[in-house]
Amino acid sequence: MLKIEANDSHRVTLTLNGRERSGNARPRTLLSDFLRHELGATGTHVGCEHGVCGACTVRVDGVASRACLMLAVQADGRRVDTVEGLAGDDGPLSDLQAAFRRHHALQCGFCTAGILNSCADFLGRERDPSEAQVRDMLSGHLCRCTGYTGIVRAVLEVAAQRREQRQEERDDV
Amino acid sequence: MKPAAFDYARPATRREAIELLAGAQGEARVLAGGQSLMAVLNMRLAEPALVIDITGIDELHYIEERDGALCVGAATRQAELAAHPGLAERVPLVAQALPWVGHFQTRNRGTVCGSVAHADPSAELPLCLATLGGEVVLEGRRGRPRVVPAASFFQGVLTTDRAPGELITEVRFPLAQAQTQYRFTEVAMRHGDFAIVALAAAIRGEQVDLGVGGVADRPVVRTLPAGDGLDEALNEFAWALGAEDDAHATAAYRRTLVRELGRQLITEARPC
Repeated sequence: MLKIEANDSHRVTLTLNGRERSGNARPRTLLSDFLRHELGATGTHVGCEHGVCGACTVRVDGVASRACLMLAVQADGRRVDTVEGLAGDDGPLSDLQAAFRRHHALQCGFCTAGILNSCADFLGRERDPSEAQVRDMLSGHLCRCTGYTGIVRAVLEVAAQRREQRQEERDDV
Repeated sequence: MKPAAFDYARPATRREAIELLAGAQGEARVLAGGQSLMAVLNMRLAEPALVIDITGIDELHYIEERDGALCVGAATRQAELAAHPGLAERVPLVAQALPWVGHFQTRNRGTVCGSVAHADPSAELPLCLATLGGEVVLEGRRGRPRVVPAASFFQGVLTTDRAPGELITEVRFPLAQAQTQYRFTEVAMRHGDFAIVALAAAIRGEQVDLGVGGVADRPVVRTLPAGDGLDEALNEFAWALGAEDDAHATAAYRRTLVRELGRQLITEARPC
């Protein structure tokens, strides 16, 4: 059984966007704060800190989760993917990011990191989502700039693109 | 805000978790999915001395059919139950209610038992459990596990029959009965928000068990006539719930929702 005293620092090692990273966390340290302050991964934004706004959404072992509702010590040994990992080092934007740009799916960008992480998980599970399903997934995020229309368009477009791509790959065989 | 300092323990077995809980003399909180507790800790509405993380306990991670019920272990997440094969046939009410529970992102981590343990009066899973007449299994350090019917488990706002040294290890949703239709609906400001009124119904022939969430201090279930006399019975039920005005809705609006949504839910399910 793992036990950590309130004031003890625990060494947390996780795989952040494919690279092993370590830092110290007390039991009360939130994953969101650990990523930002201990590992310097400030792409994950912190909004409401009670799970409502969705800005801090990351993927833990591939699954979209609120980083503000998870303790850093719970992420020990796990794979955590954040917005920084979507495009790779100085690489081109991912298809999802490019679609967001094309469809004006962001303005101030504060909520965008979290939304991209949710969409990445969602599109991995739903290959042919309806607009209603996309809007249901987006209901877990607050965006005060866009009115969501551009975001919905971007997500549906990427889903269609990926379907086409898969079809082409199948035809190619 | 950030949580106040606490000791953290991650037991590997159910027995270890129960020992810790019993030894903490009411100063511990159990962390499962954390989708309610972490918000409570962040806002410092609770400042426990010890947080017991049960997510690593494999023996509490299951969904299985036993004795006419779908039994869900305390480490099982809402998304896992939603994806359980055959859920729509076995426990249709829960299958209909799960998409209303929080959001895609919170269902990924939130647990079924955690929602029942938190006992928010507008929460969907406690409402389903109460409407179906389900049970909660509680285990303490001594004696046999206590099996408590939902009707006596929920005792008020965030208040349950669980004793401080007891761990909720399982909830049991009764399987669908023949010739019974199940319906769920709710009204909230935005999808995924806390329900202003949530309704769950089990309709068989001329009778309906109607459960209402979001109005009283706990889910309330009443058996009503499904045909003649439904409107009067709904009106009486709506008043009996003791609705109050709050920031989200007036008492009168809540009564209207119970009457109107209740009638829609029940009459649309019945063959003409």
